[in-house]
Formats: sequence, C-alpha cells, structure tokens
Amino acid sequence: MTASTTANHTVTVLPDPQLAPLMRAYGEAMAAKRRQLILGAVLFTIALALALLGAEVDLGTLWAKIGNFTSYFTRLAHLDNGASVLSDPAEWFWGLRKWSLLLGETLLIAYVGTITGAAFAFCLCFLCTPGLMPFPWVRAATRRVLEFARTVPEIVFALIFVVAFGLGPVPGVLAVAIHTTGALGKLFAEVVDNIDANPVEGVRSSGGTWFAQVRFGAVPQVLSNFVSYTLLRFEINVRGAAVMGFVGAGGIGEELITAIRKFFYADVSAILLLIMVCVVVIDLISERVRHRLLALESR
Amino acid sequence: MRDIFLADQAGIAARHAAVLRPNITTRLMVTGGIAAAIALYLAGLVLLGFSPARILAGLYRLGDIIPLMMPPIPASWARTEIYLDALGQTLAIAFLGTMAAAILAIPLGFLAARNIVASRVVHFLTRRSLDAGRSIDTLIWALIWINVVGLGPFAGALAIMSSDLFSYAKLMSEAIETADRRPVEGVLASGGSRLQSIRFGIVPQVLPVLASQVLYYFESNTRSATIIGIVGAGGIGLVLSEQIRVLEWNEAAAIILMVLVTVAIIDAISERLRAMIIGRK
Repeated sequence: MTASTTANHTVTVLPDPQLAPLMRAYGEAMAAKRRQLILGAVLFTIALALALLGAEVDLGTLWAKIGNFTSYFTRLAHLDNGASVLSDPAEWFWGLRKWSLLLGETLLIAYVGTITGAAFAFCLCFLCTPGLMPFPWVRAATRRVLEFARTVPEIVFALIFVVAFGLGPVPGVLAVAIHTTGALGKLFAEVVDNIDANPVEGVRSSGGTWFAQVRFGAVPQVLSNFVSYTLLRFEINVRGAAVMGFVGAGGIGEELITAIRKFFYADVSAILLLIMVCVVVIDLISERVRHRLLALESR
Repeated sequence: MRDIFLADQAGIAARHAAVLRPNITTRLMVTGGIAAAIALYLAGLVLLGFSPARILAGLYRLGDIIPLMMPPIPASWARTEIYLDALGQTLAIAFLGTMAAAILAIPLGFLAARNIVASRVVHFLTRRSLDAGRSIDTLIWALIWINVVGLGPFAGALAIMSSDLFSYAKLMSEAIETADRRPVEGVLASGGSRLQSIRFGIVPQVLPVLASQVLYYFESNTRSATIIGIVGAGGIGLVLSEQIRVLEWNEAAAIILMVLVTVAIIDAISERLRAMIIGRK
C-alpha cells in the first residue's frame, strides 16, 4: 500500500490489481452517464431550435425594442402631463372610487366562485372514494368530470359563458366555480382517501349513529385540510378573477385592458398597484389562517 | 360498558364538568364566522346580478350551444392544419418561457436565499418583490409585452417568462436554503477540492429539484400558453377565441379537445421524465 500525504490529510490508495477493476467499472458507469447527458443535450438543442422558430423569436427585435420595455415602466411612473405620479397622488388615483368598487367586484367574483366550487367539490369528492361509493363506474365518471373541469382554463369557460349568460360578472363567477370544482374536487378526494378509520370506528363502537360517525369521526379529520385548500384556491382565484374582465366577464380586468390598450399609462400603474396590494394582503391573511389551521391539526 | 356509562351519565357530567362544558366563545366565533361567510355569499350573489331567471335563461342557451359542439371535428383538413400549427406555437411559447424563466431565476434565487446573502434588508426586499411580482397574471404580462415587441408569440413567451420568474426564483431560493451541508463535507474529507465539493456536493442535491420544477412549470405553462392568445400573444388561444366569437361551436370544441389531449400527453411525458430525474438522484 502506498500513502500520499497532502497538506492536511493522509489518503490511502489501493494497490493496482485491486484498483484496476474498480476504476474500469467507474469509467464504464461514467461513460454511460455521459452518453445519456449528450443525448439529452442534443434532444434539448433540437427542441430549443424548433421552439425558437415556432415562437418567431427574433432577438434582434428584442434588442432593438428592449428600450421600450424599460421606458414602458418609466411611462407607467408618469402622468399624462409628464410629471411623476408621486408628485400628485390624487391625480394618479383619480378613479380610486370606481376602481375600488371594481376591485370589490373582483373579490366577490373570486369569493362566490370559490365557495360555490368548494361546495360542489365537497359533494363530488365523496362520489369518487372507494370507501363511500361502491360503484366503480360512478367513481370513474366523477373523476373524468373533475379532470375536465380543471384542465380547461377558466378563461375559456368564461368565453363560452359570456355568450350564454351575457356580459358581466355572472359568467365570471360560473367559470371560476367550475374550475374550482375540478381543482378542489381532486384535492378533497385525496384527503378523504387518506383519512384514518380508527376515529370513525371509535364513535361507532361507543354507540354513535352513522351521522355521528361522519360528524365526529370523519369531518374533524378532513375539515382543516378542506378549509386550507379552499383558502389557497381563493388566493389563486383572486388573480384569475382580476383578468376575467379581459373577455367581458366582470371585475377590474375590463378597466385594466382598456387602460393598457389606450395607453393610459398612469391608470395602468394605478390599477396594477391596487391589484398587487390587494393580492399580497389576501395572501398574507390567508397564509396566517392556514398556519393557524395547521397548528390546530397537529395539536 | 355502554349501559354503565348511560346509567352514570349524571355522575360523569358532574365529575368532568370542565371538559363537557361547551366553550361559549369558540362556539360563538365559529357560528358567527359561518353566518358571516354565508351572508357575504348571499350578498355577493345579489350584488353580482345573479337571479334564477338569468341562470335559467343562460342554461337554456347553453343547452342550445352544447349540441352545436357535436361532433367536435374541424370542418376541413386546412383548418386542422391551422390548429396544429397554433398548437405547436403554443408548445414553443411554453418551452421558451419556462427555460428563460429558469435561467433568469438562478441569480434571483441566490439573492433571495438566506444562507447566501446574509443582509436582512436585501433578503426582505427580494422576497417581497418576488411576492409582488407573482401577483400579476400571465395575461397582464402578455398585454405589457405586446406593447413592447408587438403582437405575436414572442410576446407570449416573454409573458410566460415574466410571470414564472418570480415563483421560480422563490422555489429556487428555498432549495438552496435547505441544501444539506454533509455531502460537501464528505467530499472535502475524502480529499476533494473546493470546486469538486460544489460540483459533487451541492449540484447533485439542487439539480433534481430544479429540473423537476422546470418540468412541472412546463406543464402548467402549456395550460397558460393556450390562453394568452386571447389577448393577441400567439398560440392556440387566438384561434380558439376567434372561433368562439364567430360562434363556430364545433370548431371551438375541436380546439378545446386538441388542447386537452396535448396537455394530457405532456403530463404523461413529464411525469415519466420526473420519475427518471428523481430516481437518478
């Protein structure tokens, strides 16, 4: 055995006859990995090239117009008369009353849509759990319906519902509700799948009725999860509801798209700021509540 | 057992009064909270203009529309070709947006990682601006980028990139913060250099997490990319919204079906790749 000494450690090196097969195996393993890596890199490059062509990417355009992007934000920060928005907040938020009302409408769309969707998801999730639904075809059908509801983007539902129900917040709410049903239904079903049977049996063995078994055995196990998923969905739906107006389905989106299209820069920045503040505040509140719920559960 | 309990109900109640006494404040708060939520819900329905008549009329019209969607097959091959082309563009947008976001998120993620940038102020500011950035929807980014680079898929790819950048950077910083120190020490202890300790100690830990996140984002971006066309940023959304606006219902249904199939295929592929990446860790 030979030993080589570096500055701070002593490393023992195996003799050649023992070392050679190990090195060979290592070399082969590395070569296999390298081949895989090269193959991956080639596939990736091909995909990238196709994508660049497909998306009509022109870095020249981007380079020439990137100034537009930075200057866009500069323009967002200035009023029509050229003064900075901060110099005259009253002028900047001239439409605060109207925008607050529309923002309130957006929040209501998200709220009503989330609650409606959560209620449907609550009913449907029991239809696709083996323990509670004996017919497999009903379970499969429910799962397919939920999958469809969450895969089609809500704005597509909104486009269709605007034709059927007319312009305004009603189609927006329905679109949010359907998408929420799909998304929450899947999560709820997973929660119900994973409940512990012992509390239910405990209630049953001490003489509880079927209702008491569900109420005191099952519901306490799933409730905090259901509520926290619903809150999370509400956060997402507020963002979604803010753009419903783009297709005429109510809320602040209508005002925003008009301002962007007509180049009312100060209005765009004011509305965006309102949306951002609103979303961040709601996220913070709901995060608090969700942490409280989790703490309750682990107790 | 049960009979004994039933016979001694009064005794049990007397002995465990503290446990059995209803907690009035909690009960009031819960009932009040639920009542307020229901009241807000009902008020919302009224304020947003829901009425039974409107819902019935809408459902009636929807009942007219759905038969018109059958069969969900494009009228001609030429149209199918247009849709396939748009679908390809959608995938390209999602792919480019995801990749660009992933690359740009690396420096941002390091900035937001507590163990890399020790300054509390920088950390707080980066985290908060990431939160604020996340609150802007892809469609809004698309509108902004259209003003910069003009209508078309390029604006769409940039929009996907901008909206993902923030959440991706956040995930990235979390992955960096939770990386295990021991592999690094292991490499150093067996005589590796500092560079080798990063290459074999940190990169193998962070890479699979990041790669699987990239795949996950690619999946969700395929969905987002199908709709950004609605505001003119390229992809299948443009074709879809056109067909819905001119009330070509079976064409619209065909497009929706194509999107669903594509998304399902992408999901299946990326699940496989993810299993491979995580398995290889």
